[in-house]
Amino acid sequence: MSSLTATPWEAAGRPARAAVNDFTLSIATVNGTGSASANALFVRAVFRMGVPVSGKNLLPSNIQGMPTWYEVRISGTGHTARTAERHVVAAMNAQTLAQDVAAVAPGGYVLYDSTAPLPSMPLRDDVTFLGVPLGHLVAETFEDPRQRVLLRNVGYVGALAALLEVDPETVAALLEERFDGRPALRQANERAFELGYDHAEALFDCPLPFHVAPLHATTGKVLLDGNTAVALGCLYAGATVAAWYPITPATSVMDHFTELCTRYRRAAEPEPDAAAAAAPTTAAAPTTVAAPTGGTDEPSAPRGNYLILQAEDELAAIGMAVGAGWNGARAFTATSGPGLSLMGEMLGLAYYAEIPVVVVDVQRSGPSTGMPTRTQQADLVEAAYASHGDTKHLLLFPADPHECFDFAVTAFDCAERCQTPVLLLTDFDIGMNDWLVPELAWDDAYRPDRGRVLSAADLAGMEQYLRYSDRDADGVAARTLPGADSKGAYFTRGSGHDRLGAYTEDPDRYREVVDHLAAKHTAAAGRLPPPIVEHRAGARAGVIAFGSTDAAAREAVERMAARGMPMDYLRVRSFPFQPAVREFLDGHDRCVVVEQNRDGQLRALLSTETGAAIDRLGSVRCYGGLPPTVEEIVDGITAELGS
Amino acid sequence: MPSIAKPLVPRAPLPRNALGLTVRDYEGPMSTLCAGCGHDSTTAALVQALWQSSIEPHRVVKLSGIGCSSKTPTYFLRGAHGFNSVHGRMVPIATGANAANRDLLYLGISGDGDALSIGLGHLCHGIRRNVRLVHLIENNGVYGLTKGQFSPGADRGSASPRGERNDLSPIDPMLLGLSLGATFLARGFSADKVHLVPLLEAAFAHRGFALIDVISPCVQFNNHVGSTKSYAATRAREVQVTDLLAPIAPAAGPPLAGTVPDGGVLDVPMAGGGELRFRSVPPGYDPTDRTSVAVHLAEHAGRGEVPTGLLFVDESVPDVHERHRSTQQPLNDVPFEQLCPGAGTLDAIQAAYR
Ligand SMILES: Cc1ncc(C[n+]2csc(CCOP(=O)(O)OP(=O)(O)O)c2C)c(N)n1
Ligand code: SF4
Ligand SMILES: [Mg+2]
Repeated sequence: MSSLTATPWEAAGRPARAAVNDFTLSIATVNGTGSASANALFVRAVFRMGVPVSGKNLLPSNIQGMPTWYEVRISGTGHTARTAERHVVAAMNAQTLAQDVAAVAPGGYVLYDSTAPLPSMPLRDDVTFLGVPLGHLVAETFEDPRQRVLLRNVGYVGALAALLEVDPETVAALLEERFDGRPALRQANERAFELGYDHAEALFDCPLPFHVAPLHATTGKVLLDGNTAVALGCLYAGATVAAWYPITPATSVMDHFTELCTRYRRAAEPEPDAAAAAAPTTAAAPTTVAAPTGGTDEPSAPRGNYLILQAEDELAAIGMAVGAGWNGARAFTATSGPGLSLMGEMLGLAYYAEIPVVVVDVQRSGPSTGMPTRTQQADLVEAAYASHGDTKHLLLFPADPHECFDFAVTAFDCAERCQTPVLLLTDFDIGMNDWLVPELAWDDAYRPDRGRVLSAADLAGMEQYLRYSDRDADGVAARTLPGADSKGAYFTRGSGHDRLGAYTEDPDRYREVVDHLAAKHTAAAGRLPPPIVEHRAGARAGVIAFGSTDAAAREAVERMAARGMPMDYLRVRSFPFQPAVREFLDGHDRCVVVEQNRDGQLRALLSTETGAAIDRLGSVRCYGGLPPTVEEIVDGITAELGS
Repeated sequence: MPSIAKPLVPRAPLPRNALGLTVRDYEGPMSTLCAGCGHDSTTAALVQALWQSSIEPHRVVKLSGIGCSSKTPTYFLRGAHGFNSVHGRMVPIATGANAANRDLLYLGISGDGDALSIGLGHLCHGIRRNVRLVHLIENNGVYGLTKGQFSPGADRGSASPRGERNDLSPIDPMLLGLSLGATFLARGFSADKVHLVPLLEAAFAHRGFALIDVISPCVQFNNHVGSTKSYAATRAREVQVTDLLAPIAPAAGPPLAGTVPDGGVLDVPMAGGGELRFRSVPPGYDPTDRTSVAVHLAEHAGRGEVPTGLLFVDESVPDVHERHRSTQQPLNDVPFEQLCPGAGTLDAIQAAYR
């Protein structure tokens, strides 16, 4: 036991370099104990010191009591991807102590709670153990046992702040904001922070060589998760109908959307009897088809310009979104793999009947239930072709929360312009982790592209209206909404139909419409975000990635260039692929596709859809369920290309 | 589905409704269902009821799933939008459409397979949400379109044309609806237009989910001796429980209170104004009392009878929009300026992300 007590950091091998603003920290805790908010406190404090920081949750699919890790990367150069080395570990979970100690890089540090005697563990003489009796300190200071659990977490934030030179004033300011109006809680948190901070300062030679030093590198940036960003995008795009069924990791999209709507979507109060006056849809007749008014529990509750429906399953959720999209509302649903599988049939209907709808798929590890709290990019092929028959969809691949916001808006514009489903593919990593991204920007001049919708006035000037005739250059025909004018009435069907919208089983008439759909799909590429391409002088090969793989893949390419192996890099941002993707493939003898699934789905899709020879496409697949590390990708690319 | 244009035969001037429209204005192209199919009679009753109610055709939305029954929205009200969706999913589509525009009349047509089998979950939840939707189940006890398999509407002991007996209990949508908090439950018989039309009119006026189980025989696969859903068997088993007059327009005075005179006239006030006037209800039957209705229905079922009429109504439950307090304006018509909080607000929101 003696060797486990606080060993001065000098005693164990110092790291070769003093790593200021360039190291990783792993915090091991038990889930459901409130560690998430303590971790967020730490990360935000670093952010406010102007130092680029990112945190990734490696969570169990469990509510309480299982090991969980939070990996923090601090990088003055603004890199946010996971890396292989752990320099500092806060081993706050006795259950995983051995594992956590084993994970530290030589010369690294282990902060642990020295309150209770520890189980036998492999001791290492190449790392420094830093024991703080956090449990004991917290028990001494606070009465309430539940509060003690939570405050022990704030205690380790205090110890880490002292060790890593995180500014205590900044932490105090954050606590003040967080507990605004709840002084007792604020004081308790401050006290817990001080306990950890003061003890670490007294016991150890602070700061460690790995530490934080103020910078100005987070100006104009925010720390934001993708699910919040998607919800904001849907709010700003003017989505009014949302339907969903709870599923990890997509649930918080709707939680955030609901919160945002409650705040920012209050309806203007109508004149007391305006509703009654506005609604007569029948002429002096017994039956009125007007909005129900009476009977609510809270007749005075404010009204909102939105309707969020928690559906009975994903079949219903997508059905509701399709029904609302068909009827002229901007409508969306958010789900993850199992839900996407259930939505297939309805996505085929929306594709064939040409109905706008937006589906957010926050991917998790499959197949089947898979690993709900682990990340993957393995829904790609399913999303591209969801549903039976010849079906193809429009896909958007944001790489981070900033793009989640922008692409959510793009998704609605494209869905309505092209009258078809648009799937926004994010993943657990983007959706559930705080990313360091440029602030979201909004142009007040933005107006939604509602696509071709004929009003009653448009219809009045027309001889006749036929649903799928008169396609424009994009292959899109004007639609009408119920309620406007009988002249615009048409019959929507998922059964075989001709260009007039009439039922058909005639081979030519059937083919005419499905061929139009294929052409429309191809034409839509021009409206989707183009790929991002980085060229490097002397590049011999190309690297291709999409979505959340971008951060690690780009850093891998940077590292390899620095080691004398320059490569071009392309990030795919949408499907169908644009000509620039094909050009990139054609322009390199060899490309390596880096992605987070077992089967190389992007690689296959690229080959299928562009005709690029698959044997010219190398493949690096990181599919263990954790965001890939830069080293994994460097090694993978090196293995594919030979060094 | 195929359809054939209906020849327009000149005839004596037809009566006009309050909108100046004739019943022809509520029709559609000719049906391609089997001659004598119960669904076609239900369509005819719908045409009559929509015309009588003087509903503007373009203010109606017709929705369906898949099945012979689900084809019928093609065959009436050509001036309304129609949506023939996928098997069993009409209710979610209708719920979404209603979410987008609460001001239209949503008319959903489903079959017993569509609603009680593949779409049963959605039916239950549509009822629970009290979406303002008139939901017909054209119940023939079989899957007509897939050629005669037993459906969940088939009674226990009912025989197929080849003599196999159905040994599974049927799902009774009326009893199911009662247990789920349904706010409007009615049963009719496609061959009895006189009683079906007022039920439909009352459903149009209801401000919530109106479920109408219409026994609608399949002449092709379920109209033989031994079937309990044939024309003959339904005629023999039908018991008209309540006799409804069409809904009465909002009166000048205060609505009448719900009273239950024995075997006499009953008026039930409606949330939207006006009242439902029953020509007769049996002694002890109160269509506004869930418990007593459940007892009555169970008794009828025990005797092998098919109770018809407006069986239950509750006008006090808010619909989905009221429960969620969504704006009274159609959501698809709210100007973008009222939906987007703008750049300044986005800046303020982002303070929390720093
Ligand atoms: C997902 C799916 N499964 C199966 C079918 C095949 N199918 C079409 S209609 C039908 C049954 C229709 O029965 P019902 O709703 O009672 O309508 P009816 O034809 O009797 O009026 C089935 C099983 C389908 N269209 N879709
Ligand atoms: S098969 Fe039966 S349900 Fe279908 S159209 Fe013919 S009679 Fe009607
Ligand atoms: Mg049937």
